[in-house]
Amino acid sequence: MSRASIAIVGAAETTRMGKVPELSQTGLHADAALNAMADCGLTPADIDGVATGGHDVAEIIQYLGITPTWYDGTSVGGCSFITLVRHAAAAIESGLCRTVLITHGESGRSNNRSHRPIFPSMQQQEFESIYGPLFPPSRFTLPVMRKMKDDGLTEEQLAMVAVVQREWAAHHPRATMRDPITVDDVLNSKMIAWPFRLLMCCLVSDGGGALILTSAERAGDFPTKPVYLRGMGGESAEGPMISQMESFTSSKAFRVSGKMAFDSAGITHSDVDHLMIYDAFAHLPVYGLEDLGFVKPGEGGAFVAEGHTRPGGALPLNTNGGGLSYMHSGMYGMYALQEGVRQMRGVSPAQVPDAKLSVVHGVGGMFSAAATAVLTTEDRW
Amino acid sequence: MSDRPLPTIYPETQFYWDGARDGKLLLQSCPSCDKAYFPPRPFCPTCGSRDVVVSEASGKGRLYSYIINHLPAPGYEPPFTVAVVMLDEGVKMVANILECPADPQALILDMPLEVTFEQRGEIAVPQFKPAGDAA
Ligand SMILES: [Zn+2]
Repeated sequence: MSRASIAIVGAAETTRMGKVPELSQTGLHADAALNAMADCGLTPADIDGVATGGHDVAEIIQYLGITPTWYDGTSVGGCSFITLVRHAAAAIESGLCRTVLITHGESGRSNNRSHRPIFPSMQQQEFESIYGPLFPPSRFTLPVMRKMKDDGLTEEQLAMVAVVQREWAAHHPRATMRDPITVDDVLNSKMIAWPFRLLMCCLVSDGGGALILTSAERAGDFPTKPVYLRGMGGESAEGPMISQMESFTSSKAFRVSGKMAFDSAGITHSDVDHLMIYDAFAHLPVYGLEDLGFVKPGEGGAFVAEGHTRPGGALPLNTNGGGLSYMHSGMYGMYALQEGVRQMRGVSPAQVPDAKLSVVHGVGGMFSAAATAVLTTEDRW
Repeated sequence: MSDRPLPTIYPETQFYWDGARDGKLLLQSCPSCDKAYFPPRPFCPTCGSRDVVVSEASGKGRLYSYIINHLPAPGYEPPFTVAVVMLDEGVKMVANILECPADPQALILDMPLEVTFEQRGEIAVPQFKPAGDAA
Protein backbone atom coordinates (compact mmCIF):
# COMPACT_ATOMS: atom_id res chain seq x y z
CA MET A 1 0.00 0.00 0.00
CA SER A 2 1.31 3.43 -0.97
CA ARG A 3 0.14 6.70 0.50
CA ALA A 4 -0.12 9.99 -1.34
CA SER A 5 2.45 12.53 -0.21
CA ILE A 6 1.29 15.63 -2.10
CA ALA A 7 -2.16 17.17 -2.62
CA ILE A 8 -3.52 19.94 -4.80
CA VAL A 9 -5.72 21.88 -2.37
CA GLY A 10 -6.38 25.06 -4.34
CA ALA A 11 -7.22 25.51 -8.01
CA ALA A 12 -8.78 28.27 -10.08
CA GLU A 13 -8.72 29.97 -13.45
CA THR A 14 -8.92 33.71 -14.01
CA THR A 15 -12.27 35.34 -13.35
CA ARG A 16 -12.72 35.87 -17.07
CA MET A 17 -11.07 34.17 -20.05
CA GLY A 18 -10.98 34.65 -23.79
CA LYS A 19 -10.70 38.38 -24.29
CA VAL A 20 -9.54 40.19 -21.14
CA PRO A 21 -8.18 43.53 -22.31
CA GLU A 22 -8.55 45.14 -18.86
CA LEU A 23 -5.72 43.06 -17.37
CA SER A 24 -1.98 42.97 -18.03
CA GLN A 25 -0.21 39.62 -18.18
CA THR A 26 1.00 40.20 -14.61
CA GLY A 27 -2.56 41.00 -13.67
CA LEU A 28 -3.79 37.71 -15.15
CA HIS A 29 -1.27 35.82 -12.99
CA ALA A 30 -2.49 37.71 -9.92
CA ASP A 31 -6.20 37.26 -10.68
CA ALA A 32 -5.71 33.50 -11.02
CA ALA A 33 -3.51 33.35 -7.91
CA LEU A 34 -6.00 35.28 -5.76
CA ASN A 35 -8.83 33.04 -6.98
CA ALA A 36 -6.84 29.90 -6.12
CA MET A 37 -5.95 31.26 -2.66
CA ALA A 38 -9.63 32.13 -2.05
CA ASP A 39 -10.56 28.63 -3.21
CA CYS A 40 -8.68 27.09 -0.26
CA GLY A 41 -8.82 29.97 2.25
CA LEU A 42 -5.21 31.15 2.05
CA THR A 43 -3.56 34.56 1.75
CA PRO A 44 -0.15 35.46 0.30
CA ALA A 45 1.35 35.19 3.82
CA ASP A 46 0.55 31.45 3.79
CA ILE A 47 2.54 30.77 0.61
CA ASP A 48 6.26 29.95 0.90
CA GLY A 49 6.91 28.51 -2.57
CA VAL A 50 6.14 30.13 -5.94
CA ALA A 51 6.54 28.75 -9.45
CA THR A 52 5.64 29.99 -12.90
CA GLY A 53 6.73 29.63 -16.51
CA GLY A 54 6.97 32.18 -19.31
CA HIS A 55 7.10 35.10 -16.88
CA ASP A 56 9.70 36.24 -14.36
CA VAL A 57 8.82 34.33 -11.21
CA ALA A 58 10.37 37.06 -9.07
CA GLU A 59 7.94 39.61 -10.52
CA ILE A 60 5.01 37.39 -9.56
CA ILE A 61 6.47 37.02 -6.06
CA GLN A 62 6.82 40.79 -5.65
CA TYR A 63 3.44 41.61 -7.19
CA LEU A 64 1.63 39.21 -4.84
CA GLY A 65 3.66 40.23 -1.78
CA ILE A 66 5.04 36.76 -1.05
CA THR A 67 8.28 35.96 0.82
CA PRO A 68 9.26 32.54 -0.53
CA THR A 69 11.91 30.05 0.57
CA TRP A 70 11.65 28.27 -2.80
CA TYR A 71 10.88 29.32 -6.36
CA ASP A 72 11.06 27.78 -9.82
CA GLY A 73 10.89 29.59 -13.16
CA THR A 74 11.13 26.63 -15.54
CA SER A 75 10.05 27.97 -18.94
CA VAL A 76 9.84 25.35 -21.64
CA GLY A 77 6.50 26.43 -23.09
CA GLY A 78 2.99 25.25 -22.36
CA CYS A 79 3.86 22.12 -20.38
CA SER A 80 5.92 24.19 -17.91
CA PHE A 81 3.05 24.17 -15.42
CA ILE A 82 2.77 20.37 -15.51
CA THR A 83 6.53 20.18 -15.05
CA LEU A 84 6.25 22.61 -12.14
CA VAL A 85 3.71 20.37 -10.40
CA ARG A 86 6.33 17.65 -10.08
CA HIS A 87 9.09 20.12 -9.22
CA ALA A 88 6.86 21.57 -6.50
CA ALA A 89 6.08 18.08 -5.18
CA ALA A 90 9.79 17.32 -4.93
CA ALA A 91 10.43 20.64 -3.16
CA ILE A 92 7.68 20.03 -0.59
CA GLU A 93 8.79 16.43 0.00
CA SER A 94 12.37 17.54 0.62
CA GLY A 95 11.34 20.31 2.99
CA LEU A 96 12.32 23.31 0.86
CA CYS A 97 8.88 24.81 1.40
CA ARG A 98 5.42 23.76 2.62
CA THR A 99 2.82 25.49 0.45
CA VAL A 100 3.45 26.14 -3.24
CA LEU A 101 1.56 28.48 -5.55
CA ILE A 102 1.93 27.76 -9.28
CA THR A 103 0.62 30.58 -11.46
CA HIS A 104 -0.01 31.04 -15.14
CA GLY A 105 -1.15 34.20 -16.86
CA GLU A 106 -0.91 35.06 -20.51
CA SER A 107 -2.20 37.99 -22.49
CA GLY A 108 -2.05 35.97 -25.72
CA ARG A 109 -4.85 37.84 -27.44
CA SER A 110 -4.75 41.39 -26.07
CA ASN A 111 -0.93 41.30 -25.88
CA ASN A 112 -0.81 43.37 -22.68
CA ARG A 113 2.77 42.31 -21.99
CA SER A 114 6.33 43.37 -22.54
CA HIS A 115 7.77 40.16 -23.94
CA ARG A 116 6.95 36.84 -25.55
CA PRO A 117 6.71 33.95 -23.08
CA ILE A 118 9.01 31.44 -24.79
CA PHE A 119 12.74 32.06 -25.01
CA PRO A 120 13.86 32.43 -28.62
CA SER A 121 16.14 29.62 -29.77
CA MET A 122 19.32 30.77 -31.49
CA GLN A 123 19.73 27.73 -33.73
CA GLN A 124 16.02 27.65 -34.55
CA GLN A 125 16.30 31.23 -35.81
CA GLU A 126 19.48 30.55 -37.76
CA PHE A 127 18.43 27.32 -39.47
CA GLU A 128 14.60 27.19 -39.49
CA SER A 129 12.92 30.60 -39.13
CA ILE A 130 14.84 32.06 -42.07
CA TYR A 131 12.80 29.77 -44.32
CA GLY A 132 9.56 31.47 -43.28
CA PRO A 133 7.85 29.29 -40.64
CA LEU A 134 7.52 32.20 -38.23
CA PHE A 135 4.37 31.16 -36.40
CA PRO A 136 3.38 27.99 -34.55
CA PRO A 137 0.88 26.81 -37.23
CA SER A 138 3.68 26.52 -39.80
CA ARG A 139 6.28 25.01 -37.45
CA PHE A 140 4.39 22.67 -35.18
CA THR A 141 2.81 21.01 -38.21
CA LEU A 142 6.05 20.25 -40.10
CA PRO A 143 6.31 16.53 -39.18
CA VAL A 144 2.69 15.68 -39.95
CA MET A 145 2.87 14.96 -43.71
CA ARG A 146 5.54 12.36 -42.89
CA LYS A 147 3.26 10.79 -40.29
CA MET A 148 0.38 10.75 -42.76
CA LYS A 149 2.49 8.87 -45.30
CA ASP A 150 4.15 6.47 -42.85
CA ASP A 151 1.17 5.77 -40.57
CA GLY A 152 -1.83 6.39 -42.80
CA LEU A 153 -3.08 9.30 -40.68
CA THR A 154 -5.72 11.15 -42.73
CA GLU A 155 -7.01 14.71 -43.01
CA GLU A 156 -10.44 13.41 -41.97
CA GLN A 157 -9.00 11.87 -38.81
CA LEU A 158 -7.29 15.14 -37.94
CA ALA A 159 -10.60 16.92 -38.54
CA MET A 160 -12.34 14.47 -36.20
CA VAL A 161 -10.05 15.53 -33.36
CA ALA A 162 -11.53 19.03 -33.65
CA VAL A 163 -15.09 17.72 -34.07
CA VAL A 164 -14.93 15.52 -30.96
CA GLN A 165 -13.39 18.20 -28.80
CA ARG A 166 -16.11 20.62 -29.83
CA GLU A 167 -18.61 18.05 -28.53
CA TRP A 168 -16.89 18.24 -25.13
CA ALA A 169 -16.71 22.04 -25.23
CA ALA A 170 -20.49 22.21 -25.66
CA HIS A 171 -20.75 21.07 -22.01
CA HIS A 172 -18.54 23.89 -20.73
CA PRO A 173 -20.14 27.32 -20.19
CA ARG A 174 -16.64 28.89 -20.15
CA ALA A 175 -15.49 27.35 -23.44
CA THR A 176 -14.90 29.91 -26.18
CA MET A 177 -16.24 27.77 -29.04
CA ARG A 178 -19.31 25.66 -28.24
CA ASP A 179 -21.32 25.26 -31.45
CA PRO A 180 -21.14 21.79 -33.06
CA ILE A 181 -18.93 21.35 -36.12
CA THR A 182 -18.58 18.61 -38.74
CA VAL A 183 -15.58 17.11 -40.53
CA ASP A 184 -16.61 19.11 -43.60
CA ASP A 185 -16.69 22.32 -41.56
CA VAL A 186 -13.12 21.64 -40.47
CA LEU A 187 -11.84 20.67 -43.93
CA ASN A 188 -13.56 23.68 -45.52
CA SER A 189 -12.25 26.18 -42.97
CA LYS A 190 -9.50 28.59 -44.00
CA MET A 191 -6.23 26.97 -45.10
CA ILE A 192 -3.45 27.97 -42.70
CA ALA A 193 -0.56 25.61 -43.41
CA TRP A 194 -1.45 22.65 -45.63
CA PRO A 195 -2.75 20.22 -44.51
CA PHE A 196 -3.86 22.28 -41.49
CA ARG A 197 -7.03 24.36 -41.65
CA LEU A 198 -8.12 27.00 -39.15
CA LEU A 199 -10.32 24.65 -37.11
CA MET A 200 -7.36 22.28 -36.62
CA CYS A 201 -5.44 25.13 -34.93
CA CYS A 202 -5.78 26.39 -31.36
CA LEU A 203 -7.53 29.55 -30.27
CA VAL A 204 -5.61 32.65 -29.22
CA SER A 205 -6.88 33.83 -25.83
CA ASP A 206 -6.20 35.80 -22.67
CA GLY A 207 -6.40 34.03 -19.35
CA GLY A 208 -4.65 32.33 -16.50
CA GLY A 209 -4.85 29.70 -13.85
CA ALA A 210 -3.24 28.79 -10.55
CA LEU A 211 -2.76 25.76 -8.32
CA ILE A 212 -1.83 25.43 -4.64
CA LEU A 213 0.01 22.30 -3.51
CA THR A 214 0.95 21.10 -0.07
CA SER A 215 1.71 17.86 1.74
CA ALA A 216 -1.07 15.28 1.73
CA GLU A 217 -1.09 15.14 5.52
CA ARG A 218 -2.21 18.79 5.60
CA ALA A 219 -4.95 18.28 2.98
CA GLY A 220 -7.62 17.96 5.68
CA ASP A 221 -6.92 21.53 6.84
CA PHE A 222 -8.51 22.97 3.70
CA PRO A 223 -12.16 23.34 2.71
CA THR A 224 -11.64 21.83 -0.74
CA LYS A 225 -11.72 18.19 -1.81
CA PRO A 226 -8.04 17.24 -2.14
CA VAL A 227 -6.65 15.98 -5.43
CA TYR A 228 -3.60 13.79 -4.87
CA LEU A 229 -0.56 13.26 -7.02
CA ARG A 230 0.12 9.61 -7.74
CA GLY A 231 3.76 8.80 -8.52
CA MET A 232 6.35 11.34 -9.58
CA GLY A 233 4.91 12.42 -12.92
CA GLY A 234 7.29 12.76 -15.83
CA GLU A 235 9.16 15.25 -17.95
CA SER A 236 11.59 15.25 -20.84
CA ALA A 237 12.72 17.46 -23.70
CA GLU A 238 13.99 17.04 -27.23
CA GLY A 239 14.62 20.69 -28.13
CA PRO A 240 13.18 23.64 -30.01
CA MET A 241 14.27 22.69 -33.56
CA ILE A 242 11.34 20.59 -34.71
CA SER A 243 13.22 19.53 -37.85
CA GLN A 244 15.68 17.70 -35.61
CA MET A 245 13.13 15.44 -33.93
CA GLU A 246 14.50 11.93 -33.88
CA SER A 247 11.24 10.64 -35.37
CA PHE A 248 8.48 12.53 -37.19
CA THR A 249 5.86 9.94 -36.26
CA SER A 250 6.48 9.94 -32.51
CA SER A 251 7.75 12.37 -29.87
CA LYS A 252 10.68 11.06 -27.83
CA ALA A 253 9.92 13.63 -25.11
CA PHE A 254 6.31 12.37 -24.91
CA ARG A 255 7.45 8.75 -24.63
CA VAL A 256 10.05 9.37 -21.93
CA SER A 257 7.79 11.63 -19.87
CA GLY A 258 4.77 9.35 -20.14
CA LYS A 259 6.67 6.20 -19.25
CA MET A 260 8.14 7.78 -16.13
CA ALA A 261 4.70 9.02 -15.04
CA PHE A 262 3.00 5.65 -15.57
CA ASP A 263 5.83 3.59 -14.07
CA SER A 264 6.21 5.73 -10.95
CA ALA A 265 2.43 5.77 -10.40
CA GLY A 266 2.31 2.00 -10.85
CA ILE A 267 -0.69 2.29 -13.17
CA THR A 268 -1.71 0.70 -16.44
CA HIS A 269 -3.75 2.33 -19.18
CA SER A 270 -6.94 0.63 -18.04
CA ASP A 271 -6.63 2.49 -14.71
CA VAL A 272 -7.05 5.85 -16.47
CA ASP A 273 -10.57 7.27 -16.22
CA HIS A 274 -9.86 10.66 -17.74
CA LEU A 275 -7.12 12.01 -19.99
CA MET A 276 -5.91 15.45 -21.02
CA ILE A 277 -3.42 15.79 -23.89
CA TYR A 278 -2.39 19.34 -24.71
CA ASP A 279 -3.77 20.05 -28.18
CA ALA A 280 -2.23 23.17 -29.67
CA PHE A 281 -3.02 21.55 -33.02
CA ALA A 282 -5.17 18.58 -34.04
CA HIS A 283 -2.27 16.16 -34.46
CA LEU A 284 -1.09 16.42 -30.84
CA PRO A 285 -3.75 14.16 -29.27
CA VAL A 286 -2.87 11.60 -31.97
CA TYR A 287 0.82 11.66 -31.08
CA GLY A 288 -0.06 11.73 -27.38
CA LEU A 289 -2.40 8.71 -27.49
CA GLU A 290 0.30 6.72 -29.27
CA ASP A 291 3.34 7.93 -27.33
CA LEU A 292 1.66 7.49 -23.94
CA GLY A 293 0.81 3.94 -25.02
CA PHE A 294 -3.01 4.14 -25.05
CA VAL A 295 -2.92 2.80 -28.62
CA LYS A 296 -0.25 1.25 -30.81
CA PRO A 297 1.97 3.50 -32.96
CA GLY A 298 0.00 4.69 -35.96
CA GLU A 299 -3.43 3.95 -34.49
CA GLY A 300 -4.18 7.26 -32.77
CA GLY A 301 -6.03 8.89 -35.66
CA ALA A 302 -8.35 5.92 -36.17
CA PHE A 303 -8.95 5.67 -32.41
CA VAL A 304 -10.27 9.24 -32.30
CA ALA A 305 -12.23 8.86 -35.54
CA GLU A 306 -13.95 5.74 -34.14
CA GLY A 307 -15.32 7.87 -31.29
CA HIS A 308 -13.47 6.35 -28.34
CA THR A 309 -12.51 9.77 -26.93
CA ARG A 310 -15.85 11.54 -27.43
CA PRO A 311 -18.54 12.04 -24.77
CA GLY A 312 -19.73 8.56 -23.85
CA GLY A 313 -16.58 6.93 -25.26
CA ALA A 314 -14.29 4.60 -23.34
CA LEU A 315 -11.48 7.14 -22.93
CA PRO A 316 -12.76 10.69 -22.26
CA LEU A 317 -10.06 12.98 -23.68
CA ASN A 318 -9.76 16.77 -23.43
CA THR A 319 -13.12 17.13 -21.75
CA ASN A 320 -12.96 20.94 -21.58
CA GLY A 321 -12.74 21.14 -25.38
CA GLY A 322 -8.98 21.65 -25.29
CA GLY A 323 -6.89 24.35 -26.87
CA LEU A 324 -8.96 23.93 -30.01
CA SER A 325 -12.28 24.93 -28.39
CA TYR A 326 -11.93 25.84 -24.68
CA MET A 327 -9.20 28.45 -24.74
CA HIS A 328 -5.52 28.70 -25.62
CA SER A 329 -3.53 31.54 -24.15
CA GLY A 330 -0.25 30.33 -25.67
CA MET A 331 0.95 28.08 -22.84
CA TYR A 332 -2.18 25.98 -22.34
CA GLY A 333 -0.82 23.36 -19.92
CA MET A 334 -2.35 25.06 -16.88
CA TYR A 335 -5.88 24.68 -18.30
CA ALA A 336 -5.34 20.96 -18.91
CA LEU A 337 -4.37 20.69 -15.22
CA GLN A 338 -7.42 22.72 -14.15
CA GLU A 339 -9.77 20.36 -16.00
CA GLY A 340 -7.97 17.36 -14.49
CA VAL A 341 -8.49 18.85 -11.03
CA ARG A 342 -12.18 19.60 -11.75
CA GLN A 343 -12.71 16.01 -12.88
CA MET A 344 -11.05 14.65 -9.72
CA ARG A 345 -13.13 17.00 -7.56
CA GLY A 346 -16.21 15.79 -9.43
CA VAL A 347 -17.21 19.30 -10.49
CA SER A 348 -16.44 19.49 -14.21
CA PRO A 349 -19.37 20.62 -16.36
CA ALA A 350 -18.41 17.62 -18.50
CA GLN A 351 -17.95 15.32 -15.52
CA VAL A 352 -16.85 11.75 -16.21
CA PRO A 353 -18.96 9.62 -13.81
CA ASP A 354 -16.93 8.10 -10.94
CA ALA A 355 -13.61 9.29 -12.38
CA LYS A 356 -10.85 8.47 -9.89
CA LEU A 357 -7.70 8.87 -11.94
CA SER A 358 -6.72 11.51 -14.48
CA VAL A 359 -3.58 11.71 -16.61
CA VAL A 360 -2.59 15.21 -17.73
CA HIS A 361 0.03 15.35 -20.47
CA GLY A 362 1.41 18.44 -22.11
CA VAL A 363 3.78 19.62 -24.80
CA GLY A 364 6.14 22.58 -24.49
CA GLY A 365 7.18 24.63 -27.48
CA MET A 366 6.87 22.77 -30.79
CA PHE A 367 7.51 19.19 -29.62
CA SER A 368 10.38 20.78 -27.67
CA ALA A 369 9.48 19.51 -24.20
CA ALA A 370 6.87 17.38 -22.46
CA ALA A 371 5.49 16.75 -18.99
CA THR A 372 2.97 14.36 -17.50
CA ALA A 373 1.06 14.32 -14.20
CA VAL A 374 -1.13 11.64 -12.66
CA LEU A 375 -3.96 12.99 -10.48
CA THR A 376 -6.24 10.91 -8.30
CA THR A 377 -9.07 11.18 -5.78
CA GLU A 378 -7.47 8.51 -3.59
CA ASP A 379 -4.90 9.12 -0.85
CA ARG A 380 -3.71 5.49 -0.83
CA TRP A 381 -3.46 2.71 -3.38
CA MET B 1 14.08 38.47 -51.91
CA SER B 2 16.61 40.50 -49.96
CA ASP B 3 14.00 41.35 -47.32
CA ARG B 4 13.63 37.69 -46.40
CA PRO B 5 14.82 36.86 -42.87
CA LEU B 6 18.59 36.64 -42.43
CA PRO B 7 20.33 34.18 -40.15
CA THR B 8 22.14 35.52 -37.11
CA ILE B 9 25.55 33.92 -37.62
CA TYR B 10 27.74 32.93 -34.67
CA PRO B 11 31.45 32.02 -34.51
CA GLU B 12 30.66 28.30 -34.44
CA THR B 13 28.52 28.48 -37.60
CA GLN B 14 30.50 30.97 -39.70
CA PHE B 15 32.12 28.16 -41.73
CA TYR B 16 28.70 26.91 -42.84
CA TRP B 17 27.66 30.29 -44.22
CA ASP B 18 31.10 30.87 -45.75
CA GLY B 19 30.67 27.54 -47.54
CA ALA B 20 27.21 28.48 -48.77
CA ARG B 21 28.62 31.74 -50.17
CA ASP B 22 31.05 29.58 -52.17
CA GLY B 23 28.22 27.36 -53.40
CA LYS B 24 28.97 24.48 -51.05
CA LEU B 25 26.74 22.79 -48.51
CA LEU B 26 29.11 21.95 -45.67
CA LEU B 27 28.34 19.34 -43.04
CA GLN B 28 30.24 18.33 -39.96
CA SER B 29 30.74 14.71 -39.08
CA CYS B 30 32.38 12.63 -36.37
CA PRO B 31 34.99 10.13 -37.62
CA SER B 32 34.65 7.86 -34.60
CA CYS B 33 30.84 7.70 -34.88
CA ASP B 34 31.11 7.74 -38.71
CA LYS B 35 28.09 10.02 -38.70
CA ALA B 36 27.22 13.46 -40.08
CA TYR B 37 25.14 15.87 -37.98
CA PHE B 38 23.20 19.12 -38.29
CA PRO B 39 22.91 21.95 -37.34
CA PRO B 40 26.59 22.88 -36.92
CA ARG B 41 28.37 22.78 -33.56
CA PRO B 42 32.02 22.15 -32.76
CA PHE B 43 31.48 18.70 -31.24
CA CYS B 44 29.66 15.48 -32.00
CA PRO B 45 26.14 15.38 -30.49
CA THR B 46 26.31 11.58 -30.30
CA CYS B 47 29.57 11.05 -28.41
CA GLY B 48 30.67 14.55 -27.35
CA SER B 49 33.99 14.38 -29.20
CA ARG B 50 35.46 17.70 -30.32
CA ASP B 51 37.42 15.83 -32.99
CA VAL B 52 35.01 16.52 -35.86
CA VAL B 53 35.61 17.23 -39.54
CA VAL B 54 33.91 19.48 -42.09
CA SER B 55 33.21 18.17 -45.57
CA GLU B 56 31.06 19.07 -48.52
CA ALA B 57 27.72 17.27 -48.61
CA SER B 58 26.52 15.48 -51.74
CA GLY B 59 23.77 18.10 -52.01
CA LYS B 60 21.30 15.30 -52.69
CA GLY B 61 18.32 14.42 -50.57
CA ARG B 62 14.62 13.68 -50.58
CA LEU B 63 11.45 15.43 -49.51
CA TYR B 64 10.87 14.18 -45.98
CA SER B 65 7.93 16.35 -44.87
CA TYR B 66 6.46 19.78 -45.58
CA ILE B 67 3.69 22.29 -45.06
CA ILE B 68 2.35 24.85 -47.51
CA ASN B 69 2.42 28.06 -45.54
CA HIS B 70 -0.47 30.49 -46.02
CA LEU B 71 0.72 32.81 -43.23
CA PRO B 72 2.76 35.92 -43.93
CA ALA B 73 6.55 36.02 -43.75
CA PRO B 74 8.82 38.93 -44.76
CA GLY B 75 9.94 38.62 -48.39
CA TYR B 76 7.72 35.61 -49.07
CA GLU B 77 4.56 35.49 -51.19
CA PRO B 78 2.15 32.99 -49.56
CA PRO B 79 1.42 30.24 -50.23
CA PHE B 80 4.96 28.87 -50.14
CA THR B 81 6.49 25.54 -49.20
CA VAL B 82 8.42 24.95 -45.99
CA ALA B 83 10.00 21.53 -46.18
CA VAL B 84 12.19 19.20 -44.20
CA VAL B 85 14.78 17.60 -46.46
CA MET B 86 16.46 14.31 -45.58
CA LEU B 87 19.98 14.53 -46.97
CA ASP B 88 21.66 11.41 -48.36
CA GLU B 89 24.09 11.84 -45.45
CA GLY B 90 21.21 11.04 -43.06
CA VAL B 91 20.60 14.48 -41.56
CA LYS B 92 17.47 16.59 -41.78
CA MET B 93 17.32 20.30 -42.56
CA VAL B 94 14.62 22.88 -43.32
CA ALA B 95 14.44 24.51 -46.77
CA ASN B 96 11.94 25.95 -49.19
CA ILE B 97 11.43 23.88 -52.33
CA LEU B 98 12.34 26.13 -55.25
CA GLU B 99 11.36 25.62 -58.91
CA CYS B 100 8.34 23.62 -57.77
CA PRO B 101 4.71 24.76 -57.30
CA ALA B 102 3.47 25.03 -53.70
CA ASP B 103 0.90 22.36 -54.48
CA PRO B 104 0.36 18.95 -52.87
CA GLN B 105 0.13 17.46 -56.39
CA ALA B 106 3.69 18.58 -57.10
CA LEU B 107 5.17 17.90 -53.68
CA ILE B 108 5.50 14.13 -53.52
CA LEU B 109 7.03 12.79 -50.34
CA ASP B 110 10.40 11.12 -50.91
CA MET B 111 10.90 12.80 -54.29
CA PRO B 112 14.60 13.43 -54.99
CA LEU B 113 15.92 16.94 -54.36
CA GLU B 114 19.19 18.74 -54.91
CA VAL B 115 20.73 21.72 -53.21
CA THR B 116 20.75 25.19 -54.72
CA PHE B 117 21.56 28.55 -53.19
CA GLU B 118 19.42 31.66 -52.80
CA GLN B 119 21.15 35.00 -52.45
CA ARG B 120 19.88 37.31 -49.68
CA GLY B 121 22.14 40.33 -49.85
CA GLU B 122 25.62 39.16 -48.88
CA ILE B 123 24.33 35.86 -47.53
CA ALA B 124 23.71 32.73 -49.60
CA VAL B 125 21.02 30.48 -48.13
CA PRO B 126 21.04 26.74 -48.91
CA GLN B 127 17.79 25.73 -50.60
CA PHE B 128 16.50 22.65 -52.42
CA LYS B 129 14.79 22.01 -55.76
CA PRO B 130 13.60 18.88 -57.57
CA ALA B 131 16.65 16.88 -58.69
CA GLY B 132 17.71 17.34 -62.31
CA ASP B 133 16.78 13.91 -63.60
CA ALA B 134 13.37 14.07 -61.90
CA ALA B 135 12.36 17.61 -62.87
ZN1 LIG C 1 30.78 11.03 -32.28
